[in-house]
Amino acid sequence: MTATVVTITSGKGGVGKTTTTANLATALAAADQRVVCIDADIGLRNLDVVLGLENRIVYDLVDVVEGRCKLRQAMIKDKRLSDLYLIPAAQTRDKTAVSPEDMVRVVDELRPKFDWIVIDSPAGIERGFRNALAPADIVLIVTNPEVSAVRDADRIIGMAEAEEKDEPKLILNRIRPDMVRRGQMLKAEDVLDVLAIELIGVVPEDEGVLMASNQGVPLALNNRSKAGRAFRDIAKRLMGDEVPMQDFESQDGLFGRLTRLVKAGGQAA
Amino acid sequence: MSTPLAIKGIGDGLLVTVPPGNWSAVRPSILQAIDERADFFRGARLVLQMHDRTLSAADLGGLRDALEVRQIALTGILSTTESTRSAGADLGLALEVPAPAIERADELEPIPTDLQGEEAVLIHRTLRSGQTVRHPGHVIVIGDVNPGAEIVAGGDVVVWGKLRGVVHAGATGDQRAVVCALDLSPTQLRIGSQISVSPERKGKSKPEMAYLRDEQLVAESWKHQ
Repeated sequence: MTATVVTITSGKGGVGKTTTTANLATALAAADQRVVCIDADIGLRNLDVVLGLENRIVYDLVDVVEGRCKLRQAMIKDKRLSDLYLIPAAQTRDKTAVSPEDMVRVVDELRPKFDWIVIDSPAGIERGFRNALAPADIVLIVTNPEVSAVRDADRIIGMAEAEEKDEPKLILNRIRPDMVRRGQMLKAEDVLDVLAIELIGVVPEDEGVLMASNQGVPLALNNRSKAGRAFRDIAKRLMGDEVPMQDFESQDGLFGRLTRLVKAGGQAA
Repeated sequence: MSTPLAIKGIGDGLLVTVPPGNWSAVRPSILQAIDERADFFRGARLVLQMHDRTLSAADLGGLRDALEVRQIALTGILSTTESTRSAGADLGLALEVPAPAIERADELEPIPTDLQGEEAVLIHRTLRSGQTVRHPGHVIVIGDVNPGAEIVAGGDVVVWGKLRGVVHAGATGDQRAVVCALDLSPTQLRIGSQISVSPERKGKSKPEMAYLRDEQLVAESWKHQ
């Protein structure tokens, strides 16, 4: 049994890498998988907050790399799920405290004990990104339906190719179905037209994400959240299940149809 | 009557699969099958597929001599058994199917030409954001050129795909340089010292060629004459 290493990256900041990491790790662990996530964003750690584990940190990734503690000691057990662990980033150092070789070594030590190792990459294309990319078996690129985010995603795909990784898979995050329908937002199709890689999930914009992040309770545990469901679907696809994509672009749901009926009625009158 | 042999052409020889069974019975049946088609086999180079059969150097050497009498060269054996492989190696036989014959580079004689500037690079992949290609000759891309990618060519640029990055043809001053693409919508297009941006596209994309006419950049849709 050896873990699959999934690196979540984007190039651009603020597109939802950390949210995606927290939710995929949670969804995988909730599906009885053994999961450890690693925050590779040294100096700007966030994943601990989003997972609600901030107050449990004693040792971090840099302590492990520099030999101040055993790997086991830096692994924080999740509050809710028994098979979910976090290795937090150091907050007081910067990316040069860890090298790509260090990451490969740490990950190789974790591999036999887990099913999934999920790495949250920092934004950018420098050392931190290279650290996160080095041990990856699967690269997941998070992007928003926004030209600048897509441009950066394209750059990252090129760099992953240069490192001879398998073709990355795409998560399109923060889609707003209403705006897509009005033609005010890039569609999944437009994004894929440029990036030309496999789409593994579309996550709708959801106010709950912000609240969940502040409360440290990933949405993937919330059965009523659309974004949470989208993340659970991505986790299932990672595990090899065939899950049809939720269509946020054409289907408008009962409420949408009703509003349109009302609107049409209003215009006719 | 012998059992027919499975024969496959490989490169410059034949791959024959030796049927299973006791070697003392199989050996004569192979030779018999070969003798029945002596004309076909004469002069052939043979590789034998032995699978997991265990054979000594003496077995293989004897077979090689028997084949040699029939003007057939035993050049190799395939086997999964270590002792058979080492026996084959001792006899100087190849242990793998020789790579299929491909045209050797020195056999592809350049054709004499008086055309100028035919130096070109061919890039068979998509150029993504941040990737740059600079070449003093022509540049040919089979794939897309995404926004944020850049091509600078001394000569022409041909893109068999969508051209959406920055492209500069005739960068060393060649005013006759052209840019062709299946979908010509670059972020910026330069030929020689002229710069232009793509007009807003109306309708479906079609193959186009851009060039300089009276020092003006023009793009024309490709019509085959």
